[in-house]
Amino acid sequence: MQRRDFLHLAAAGGGAVFASGLAGCAGMQTAGAATGSDFYFVQLSDSHWGYEGPANPDARGTLPKAVAAVNALAEPPAFIFFTGDLTHTTDDPAERRRRMTEFKAIVAGLKVPVVHFMPGEHDASLDRGAAFQEMFGPTHYSFDHQGVHFIALDNVSDPGAKIGEEQLAWLKADLAGRDPQAPLVVLTHRPLFDLAPQWDWATRDGAQAIALLMPFQHVTVFYGHIHQALHRMTGHIAHHSAQSLIFPLPVPGSQDKRTPLPWNPAAPYQGLGWRQVEAEQKGLQYDIADLPVAKA
Amino acid sequence: MSGVDRRFVLLGGAALLAGVAGAQSGPRVIRIVARRFQYEPAEIPLKAGEAVLLELQALDFMHGFNVPALNLRADLVPGQIVKLEIRPTAPGKIDFLCDNFCGDGHEEMNGRFIVSA
Repeated sequence: MQRRDFLHLAAAGGGAVFASGLAGCAGMQTAGAATGSDFYFVQLSDSHWGYEGPANPDARGTLPKAVAAVNALAEPPAFIFFTGDLTHTTDDPAERRRRMTEFKAIVAGLKVPVVHFMPGEHDASLDRGAAFQEMFGPTHYSFDHQGVHFIALDNVSDPGAKIGEEQLAWLKADLAGRDPQAPLVVLTHRPLFDLAPQWDWATRDGAQAIALLMPFQHVTVFYGHIHQALHRMTGHIAHHSAQSLIFPLPVPGSQDKRTPLPWNPAAPYQGLGWRQVEAEQKGLQYDIADLPVAKA
Repeated sequence: MSGVDRRFVLLGGAALLAGVAGAQSGPRVIRIVARRFQYEPAEIPLKAGEAVLLELQALDFMHGFNVPALNLRADLVPGQIVKLEIRPTAPGKIDFLCDNFCGDGHEEMNGRFIVSA
């Protein structure tokens, strides 16, 4: 896919309007003012390194396929971020670190100089992020690229799916004094809003983070956790979940339990994928392409 | 409490108590044990209109007990019994789940009230 092949879905008026479009692609557009040049980045999510089970008989081959796919891009992205669940959980601290070490060795093959990591509950909830921080660094942070302010929020190191008062205070301070028209991108693992609390697809104090973000007119959230691409709005804030690199999960409410969708031998890797995001109009428009791990 | 299932009534407001369960008259008592990665029992039959007292105890982890349809949740601290008094008012099914990540199997730790007429 060429960068200009991204599907464009226009929004209307001063607010953000989300619309669906061609299968596997979605986008949104907002209006405002900012500085910087166009760029694109890649989101990878939920590789669950260490998982063994029937939902993915090629569990050890899927992440390397995604790495190869990203490396095959004609033009490398500005950076890559992983939105959590890099590894599958284990009770054994040594095994957790072994899995993280293997994961790091595989993604070290990415031919992109800047890679940002954040934890999922499988990486961090059983030790409150201790192993993750040893291996990857802080679990929440912010950075800037071409006039866009990126904020990684940790809503998993607390096993109760809370961001916590300390991190919320940090977020408030990070946002203080910023131009309400400037573009913000928030990266999380769990959805910040109550997507499906009956499946634990929520952040217990996510509403507090959203309240802090609401004064900003151009906020886009990219997250993982639910192993599928969904696009939702809370007010003017857009939330985009990503496909996983291990097994797909059902659409909320589509089945009784949140059990993984079965592996389809006739269409291996179906429902798995990674994402390219084109930031255009100085970071005020994001065109999203969700791409398969491997061609069927 | 938008989105809250009106088929249940929490008696005495948010009747959430933590402490040691004692003998008492009143509603039927249903004891629920939480351990990785299941509730026992996981399916709980109830009758519409009958008040029941849930006594929840975690054995091995601070599991969460969350009934999203009721906007009701509690942390289950091992060694403590959490009491929740509820009364279903109409037949139906109400799901509950552990919402404190407890390990490989957490996603399957859930249960259901089955309310008959």
